[in-house]
Amino acid sequence: MPEIRMKVNGSVASLEVEPWVSLLDALRERLGVTGPKKGCDQGACGACTVLADGVRINSCLALAVQYDGREITTIEGVSHPLQEAFIRHDGFQCGYCTPGQICSAIGMLAEHTAGMPSAVADSGPLTEAEVRERMSGNLCRCGAYNGIVDAIMEVSG
Amino acid sequence: MRPFAYVKAADVESAVQAAAEPGTKFLGGGTNLVDLMREGVEQPDTLVDVTGLPYDTVEELPGGGLRVGAMVRNSTLAADRRVRARYPVLSQALLSGASGQLRNMATVGGNLLQRTRCPYFYDIASACNKREPGSGCDALEGFNRGCAILGVSDHCIAAHPSDMCVALAALDAEVEVRGVSGTRRVPLAGLHRLPGDTPQVETALEAGDLITAVELPPVPVAARSRYRKVRDRASYAFALVSVAAALGVDDGTISEVRLALGGVAPKPWRAREAERLLTGGPADDAAFRRAAEAEFASATVRQGNAFKTTLAVSTIVATLRELNEGAAR
Repeated sequence: MPEIRMKVNGSVASLEVEPWVSLLDALRERLGVTGPKKGCDQGACGACTVLADGVRINSCLALAVQYDGREITTIEGVSHPLQEAFIRHDGFQCGYCTPGQICSAIGMLAEHTAGMPSAVADSGPLTEAEVRERMSGNLCRCGAYNGIVDAIMEVSG
Repeated sequence: MRPFAYVKAADVESAVQAAAEPGTKFLGGGTNLVDLMREGVEQPDTLVDVTGLPYDTVEELPGGGLRVGAMVRNSTLAADRRVRARYPVLSQALLSGASGQLRNMATVGGNLLQRTRCPYFYDIASACNKREPGSGCDALEGFNRGCAILGVSDHCIAAHPSDMCVALAALDAEVEVRGVSGTRRVPLAGLHRLPGDTPQVETALEAGDLITAVELPPVPVAARSRYRKVRDRASYAFALVSVAAALGVDDGTISEVRLALGGVAPKPWRAREAERLLTGGPADDAAFRRAAEAEFASATVRQGNAFKTTLAVSTIVATLRELNEGAAR
């Protein structure tokens, strides 16, 4: 069985995983890091979003063996103004999608700062329409989108 | 998920050798393959992880083209300044596909080989000639809203899902393939196959073949190009219809046009009949519409996807008009 080493939220973790174990299951079931959530398990909802070396990914479609040697950040390892902004703006109701929303937003803001274009705009300051486009990989079935967008806009501005 | 062996490729030679064995597949970003394996649609014995191979850069080619390594992530390619300046249609196509997270994971090589999103291909309880040759096609009389209307057969009407490939088709990209007997180049137009009576054979690739790069030739007209995608949601959905277009206009006359379509065919569809009709003619709505309608003269529609002809014609006209108005400004 392959042995992998990852840095998860600042701590080195060594574990043996079968090749078919997703990064999400490795985090949740093997390491007890349950912030990232299993929503759809097929890359459609974004509840499993984590940062790999600062880049947002869907951990449900990532095989853990491919992330040997990488640095993984989940909501447990996050300390970011977005967290309080989500509370101020009611950016959630049930909270299930929130860890993924916040990790995704952190990655998204870094992408925008680095000059990543979107389908809405090639460059320029973040607009509300752009936040909605860039965050379209994170679903919220409570429909807290307006609060989520407001929270991100406040922090990005 | 069915158990499998995992091999991290140390170099291209060993990767190709390993993948020549039956039951072996290459693993890129995993965004499509891992999903299909979880659904039981793909059941490989061995995955050869090629993401560590040194094909992760975008390089200049003599004459102004670009060579894109097959392991370059979709988001990296979309953000590349040279791509955005020379081939905006490609950057736009990439950005219109999937989500930010998925684009960060997905590779160019994997995008070229992604499988159809036909719901009957994904559902292993359904009949699907692509997944299980000879079993039939439940899409023919089923929920075929997303299915193809050009280049289809009675055996399969699955649509090709890629946005990136539509832009690459318009740009006459070439795919570099490393196989057991060496390196060869395949025009993008020849990479994907129409279903005919063998819908399970989707590409010109053979066992062991690894896509190592995509080469973009210089296409000056593509500096003014556009990807327009129509779908059921504003974002994060596969195309019902998409249009990749580049337009050169000289004094009201079309000097050069590139037109490729997504969502309407089993492969990225270069609209050569429309291009032929447009070239040398007037750049106006009537000409755009005539050419678009001619491209769809041979369409085979079904109850659920008959709307695509009208939608595609309208989208082609709108895209060309937008490019033409941009040229006039």
